Amino acid sequence: MEILRAENLTMKFGSLAAVDNVSLSVRQGEIIGLIGPNGAGKTTFFNCLTGYLAPQNGSIQFNGHPIDGLRPNRICKLGLARTFQIVQVFRDMTTWENVMLGAFCRTSDTRDAYRQALDTLKFTGLYEKRDALVGNLTIADHKRLEISKALATQPRLLMLDEAMAGLNATETNEAIELIKKIRGRGITLIVVEHVMEVIMSISERVVVFDSGKKIAEDVPDKIVKNPRVIEAYLGDYQKEASHA
Amino acid sequence: MDTSVFSLLKKPVIWVPLLILLFLPWTSTNIHFHHVLIMFMLFATLSQAWNLIGGFAGQVSFGHATFFGIGAYAALVLLKKYDLSPWVGMLIGGGVSVLVAVVIGYPVFKLKGHYFAISTFAVAEIVERLFNNWDYVEGAIGLPAPVLPEGLINFMWYKTKIPYFYIAFVLFVLVLLLAYKIDRSRMGFYFRAIKQSHEAAEGLGIDTTRYKLIAMVISAFLTAICGGFYAQYILYIDPPSVLSLDISIKMVLIAVLGGAGTIIGPILGAAILIPLSEYSRIFLGGTGKGVDLIVFGALILVISVFQPQGVAGFFKKAGK
Repeated sequence: MEILRAENLTMKFGSLAAVDNVSLSVRQGEIIGLIGPNGAGKTTFFNCLTGYLAPQNGSIQFNGHPIDGLRPNRICKLGLARTFQIVQVFRDMTTWENVMLGAFCRTSDTRDAYRQALDTLKFTGLYEKRDALVGNLTIADHKRLEISKALATQPRLLMLDEAMAGLNATETNEAIELIKKIRGRGITLIVVEHVMEVIMSISERVVVFDSGKKIAEDVPDKIVKNPRVIEAYLGDYQKEASHA
Repeated sequence: MDTSVFSLLKKPVIWVPLLILLFLPWTSTNIHFHHVLIMFMLFATLSQAWNLIGGFAGQVSFGHATFFGIGAYAALVLLKKYDLSPWVGMLIGGGVSVLVAVVIGYPVFKLKGHYFAISTFAVAEIVERLFNNWDYVEGAIGLPAPVLPEGLINFMWYKTKIPYFYIAFVLFVLVLLLAYKIDRSRMGFYFRAIKQSHEAAEGLGIDTTRYKLIAMVISAFLTAICGGFYAQYILYIDPPSVLSLDISIKMVLIAVLGGAGTIIGPILGAAILIPLSEYSRIFLGGTGKGVDLIVFGALILVISVFQPQGVAGFFKKAGK
């Protein structure tokens, strides 16, 4: 079943098309990897889907509802949650308070929200640090908290924007485990990542962006052999050679 | 976590001082002392009201005198021209303030940070000018209350301030409990989230515009009620005394000195500024005008250097 459909999305900043006529369809329960060089338009695409930017053209359907033009809070309530590349944690609050803010999306009762926040923290492995002031946590914990907050809103589709950037090998592996666990709960995921190995190991399908355009969409094994993808990441050897 | 409002009253740090305050007017027959107590509770309540939008939700308003003035004028105008009970007038003033808060808030909330603060200031200045030139409310001459029999119905007493004290006390405690309730509820969490980041708050399903409006509306209503009380207490109002920047600034300063975004902050701030301001006025008279604000400015400087969270921050540190 299709959970998200974006058609012909175009987002221009002046004359620069950061997202250029991109369409994407996501099925319920799959993990989509979204990759591309710096400035390819991945985050802009995220911002368009989650209501932070209003694309000049195109339409977005989530779970059968048109969601283009809705404010981010409405989109979140419909079940599409996201994390931010630059973590947007509430630094003056404790870990549980941060996650509770997400839980309040589905309940107005403080006790319910508190219980859900603790459950979420157990699930994401931050339970031990529940009382810590968020400003004092490490980068890895911030990234994990960012995911916990979004999870607490009980999304059907979760979009992670570079949730593993800046993590070491051990922390990256833990994050991969967490993403698999989230999928195990039946939540669909779109994962933006720079680290190729990560994307290749968890995604069922990989979408490649370059200069605002979608240049490839395929299973991971085929993506790594796709000449256009290789060109986008490494440049065109032959052209380079002939110039030299 | 316990969210019932009565859990606050069970804490000895809260109920012991409240109980002492309750009987404090009987320790002295000095009318100035009673006045200081009443002004302390009035400004603690005003600051508490400001704190909802300015402290918790982080949208610093320099225009709250508008709501205070509307409350004050509504009570006296309705009493004078329509013989309406000041109690009803206070509530109508609250209602008008809510309308004004929505009309002003909706466009102004599109602005953030400093721009929001400046625009609230501008609106309040415009409103003061309007009242200064509005003949219906006697313009700059001001509006005296009609002389009516003393008592609860007319909300007027001439020989004693004790009834005013108890009305202010009830208002003070009710607003304290309301602020506590909000602080502990989803609304309070949402306000604090909005203060730190609109974007992150939106991402968690928080309608930031709606919750800022709610904060503004509650704040405006409570401020107007305080304005109505002030009018009935002083029995004379004019634009400088109820609509001027002084009132707005005092509400902000008290909350910031005491600790913006905390329940106890406005009470601590008022406990420092109001006695300072009233006694400097009593002892120095006209020559001492503004001395309180000079001292207060110095205090704010010291506090912002050593304890940016306000006086309440010291208690937090001691508690840890």
